[in-house]
Amino acid sequence: MSDIPEHLLRRSAEAKAKALGIPVEDVLAEMTGEAAPTPMDIGEQPKVETVVAPDPATPAAVPVAEPETPSQEPTPPAPVMAASSADAGDVDYDAAATKAGMPASLLKRSVEAKAKASGASPASVLAEMLGEEVPAAPPAASAPPPAEPAPVEEITESVAEVVEIPIVEPAAAASVAAEPPAASRSGGATAVAARPLAQPEAVPEGVRTQRLLTVVKANAIQQVKSEPTDKVNTWPHLMIMEFAALLAVTAVLIVLSVILQAPLLESANFNATPNPSKAPWYFLGLQELLSYFDPQIAGVTVPTIIGLVGFMAIPYVDRNPSTKPSDRKFAIFMYTFFMMGAATLTIFGVLFRGPGFNFTYPWADGIFFDDLKDWVNF
Amino acid sequence: MANGIIEKVKEQATSVWEKVHGSQVAESILRPGSPFKKGYSDTPRNRSYVIMNNVLYHLHPVKVKRHGVRLSYTLCLGGISFFLFILLTITGIFLMFYYAPTAEAAYSDVAALSTSVAFGSLVRNMHRWGAHFMVLSVFLHMSRVFYHGAYKPPREFNWVVGVILLLLTLLLSFTGYLLPWDQLALWAVTVGTNMAGFVPVFGGQVKFLLLGSVEVTADTILRWYVLHVLFFPFIIVIFMAVHFWRVRKDGGISGPL
Repeated sequence: MSDIPEHLLRRSAEAKAKALGIPVEDVLAEMTGEAAPTPMDIGEQPKVETVVAPDPATPAAVPVAEPETPSQEPTPPAPVMAASSADAGDVDYDAAATKAGMPASLLKRSVEAKAKASGASPASVLAEMLGEEVPAAPPAASAPPPAEPAPVEEITESVAEVVEIPIVEPAAAASVAAEPPAASRSGGATAVAARPLAQPEAVPEGVRTQRLLTVVKANAIQQVKSEPTDKVNTWPHLMIMEFAALLAVTAVLIVLSVILQAPLLESANFNATPNPSKAPWYFLGLQELLSYFDPQIAGVTVPTIIGLVGFMAIPYVDRNPSTKPSDRKFAIFMYTFFMMGAATLTIFGVLFRGPGFNFTYPWADGIFFDDLKDWVNF
Repeated sequence: MANGIIEKVKEQATSVWEKVHGSQVAESILRPGSPFKKGYSDTPRNRSYVIMNNVLYHLHPVKVKRHGVRLSYTLCLGGISFFLFILLTITGIFLMFYYAPTAEAAYSDVAALSTSVAFGSLVRNMHRWGAHFMVLSVFLHMSRVFYHGAYKPPREFNWVVGVILLLLTLLLSFTGYLLPWDQLALWAVTVGTNMAGFVPVFGGQVKFLLLGSVEVTADTILRWYVLHVLFFPFIIVIFMAVHFWRVRKDGGISGPL
């Protein structure tokens, strides 16, 4: 916690305090680990229950629910078939398939896979699957085994994402809760259902209440590695700057283009070699090098080995992980040295080379650089 | 009297604008969160939607690090390079309307830009100076990235892509240099391509491939025209796409010093 910047922590604590209606100091103390976490207040005092899949093989063990118990959790109806054929061994997939309205082969594969995964017998799995689809079986006929109330603190601490669904009516909620929670079987995330103590009927019409459907641990979804950083919205902060830069560049370019004419000399003539012949300015450093060294060195080795391969290799050669200028004096020196060298050669080639590519002083003999021809005469 | 008429006209104009702005056409064009949409309010959610619901999402994340917004950190050099590329594409397309890449027509076409084409001279100047600016801004961008150590892991490969982009920028500029077909173009390219001839073992072949001949000839102009307006822009756009993508995937702009 201590590696989070102070102002970010403060901002987060203020938001949480505002949402929960408790003093900021309490939240801060909790965030920094000095106090026990405040139970999260979802809805109107939710009662957290763990949904446990009923064991279809022992329907007799299921206690009959009191009809007026408000916290009763509707579950899949106790399958009738389970009691009769659970121990039979052989399973009548054809009859079941007709009942379920799907091909027997698919049903068989599904049941067998599920039975293998859960360790239950195929017959009981089949019964469970079919039992859910029997519309005649009233949900109130059976009740779940007494749910183990999970400690609230433990759950709220691991809350990463709360999936909320609105309750439309009790029957719909029952069908949602009746889904056998696969997660609780596979030993993954804990699935809990918290319901408001008040009866759903008491909620006025048009008001949508929320309920906690499931709690998923943070590391089950994604691994968060990045440090918290201070960020701003791209719009408007960054885009305003970019738009300003865009306008400035356009304005400068238009003004420059109005006052400064691009060079256009006489038509190309193979028989009239101008003296001196100069390359574009960005190659003039190389041309300057050519006047000192063998073309194999100045024309090939330097541009390809240093200019291309060398530059591309920089990140792989410089293994120093720091970006602080004080830690990388050598790297900065080398880059600056090469850039100054290239700039010096280029300036030399542009300004100090006259006829025959011989050395001249621009203030004495003029500038021999046609790209700047009209600029000089302006 | 006059005031009353003005009031009425204003009222009418407002109601027409309200109808147009709220029409199905306007609603269908502007995605939710667009600042131009009717009823836009400056909320954090809408600020996110401006990027998220927009083609801009291909370039920018919804949020950026606060220090990265400071002009003094990036000097906007990468953005300026990209914008200059767009500007050069626009002016270049304009120039293509008036230019034929043949030895007979090229020079007179370029000369005619200044005399018989509306804004021809201005657009040609913008194209030429913009190209020089782009070489400069790409180079300065590279220097900025170096001095910030922004090429360090995980951004090593994006530096390599950046060096390729610099090379492609130089090649784009150099291939465009020949197209006016004047003395400056002819001899600058002659000098430049002579250097390519010094490549060991297959220097001659490289030079021949570049020029379409052993020396700069009328055939070279067509070859460089195609390279300049089609081939290199095509390649550089691909590398730019990778470059921008990697900027975001490597964690956005590099950290503060």
